[in-house]
Amino acid sequence: MNDARKPGLIQRYTAGQRSNHWVIAITFVLLALSGLALFHPAFYWLTNLFGGGGWTRILHPYIGVLMFICFFVFAIRMWGHNSLNKQDRQWLSQFGDVINNRAEKLPECGRYNAGQKVMFYAMVILMICLLITGVVIWRAWFQDYFSVGTIRLGSLLHAVFAFLLICAIIVHVYAAIWVKGTVRAMTRGTVSQGWAWKHHRAWFRQVRKSAAQK
Amino acid sequence: MALQSLDIKRRSATTIQPPTARGAVQEVAKLIDTTKCIGCKACQVACMEWNDLRDEIGLNVGVYDNPADLTPQSWTVMRFAEYENPKGDLEWLIRKDGCMHCEDPGCLKACPSPGAIIQYNNGIVDFHEENCIGCGYCITGCPFDVPRMNEKDHKVYKCTLCSDRVAVGQEPACVKTCPTGAIVFGTKDDMKRHAEGRIADLKSRGFENAGLYDPQGVGGTHVMYVLHHADKPELYSKLPSNPEISPMVSLWKGVAKPIGVAVMALGVLAGFFHYIRKGPVETTDEDERKAEEEAHHE
Repeated sequence: MNDARKPGLIQRYTAGQRSNHWVIAITFVLLALSGLALFHPAFYWLTNLFGGGGWTRILHPYIGVLMFICFFVFAIRMWGHNSLNKQDRQWLSQFGDVINNRAEKLPECGRYNAGQKVMFYAMVILMICLLITGVVIWRAWFQDYFSVGTIRLGSLLHAVFAFLLICAIIVHVYAAIWVKGTVRAMTRGTVSQGWAWKHHRAWFRQVRKSAAQK
Repeated sequence: MALQSLDIKRRSATTIQPPTARGAVQEVAKLIDTTKCIGCKACQVACMEWNDLRDEIGLNVGVYDNPADLTPQSWTVMRFAEYENPKGDLEWLIRKDGCMHCEDPGCLKACPSPGAIIQYNNGIVDFHEENCIGCGYCITGCPFDVPRMNEKDHKVYKCTLCSDRVAVGQEPACVKTCPTGAIVFGTKDDMKRHAEGRIADLKSRGFENAGLYDPQGVGGTHVMYVLHHADKPELYSKLPSNPEISPMVSLWKGVAKPIGVAVMALGVLAGFFHYIRKGPVETTDEDERKAEEEAHHE
């Protein structure tokens, strides 16, 4: 039975969105593992997961291009839900309440809270930066197009942006584990009414309203 | 070129200390005296012969440089520069280009593959192509633009300073063949002493800026030049006057590594302890009831 029709549940992500999200997630994990393998000698053994150092070097950029494409399809679909407003500024100023589990003190949120929106823009910017710097250091295809100075800068920045993205994803994953009832939005596609009411009340009301109009 | 009989001083992408007991090895150097070089290219031929390299026959591009640049098949090339000195005379400055075998090698610092680049106790920097993964980070790290990627096997090649010959007490092939004695090989101390004699001679004959090129920005090199114009190394087909590992490479392959990894690990730990101390945010039955109430209220 389709989860979305069960009483007490609200649909948050379609099957297509969920699939796309998990393609991005899988490619991200592969990229983080292969990237770390080439970043620090302590992680070089991770190249074994990809068939050795040579294969790690070959595969990493292609997986990166796939992640970038999937991410942008996803980001464009989510773009409209992520514009920052006045309540978002208020939410961010109460960050102490956020991390101390005082959700009841926070202003009402729409489909996404301010933290999620900031994360969204951070990911968009980092993905673009990683693509650009990644192309610069992709010697198999582009080594003749850039000077050694540009490649040096690209190498350093690619590592910096990847570091920032990994940190962002650590926060993203932890937030999903921390706020119970969240993970099922991306596995089953639905959340409970209570979850929506508690964390995204404006969105909850909007969903109820449009359901009532039908 | 793998040669395990030589002792290792540094090994790429390796954070532990290599074996150090057998340290009484003398550092070697090749000294190239540009003032004695006649540009015959015998060194290029000897390099091809000894290392079994055969570059593609290229085209004459109107200058003496042939081949025009270093390639995976040409580990040394003579570069010919025409310099008009302040007196109005033409000087033909010929420099045998190739790996400088830096004491602090940028290629080795940048390499992510353990054991793909080795520095022996005698100072020779060697690529072990069987461990090379083809990322080209060594090219990014080199301050002299020396390593070349082979498009056919995606591995990088450069001068080995004939580490295989040196290991059995022979001088590099280019040294062996040089007809004017412009290339000499020995311990680094001996080569510096030999250079002093050459420089004194050059100064007595009017080359007051003659000097030794052993750039300290890379900790000195195991290939050194005697230059007539040591104050202007750029005259010699853009030999860098103060080469060093780029600060971007030093940062990327230096402090960024431990700090980056530490911060990521701390991020994960911060999440873990936040969960342990604050616990999760749960949707209670009360929340579900209120949601239900509001939904039916409409």
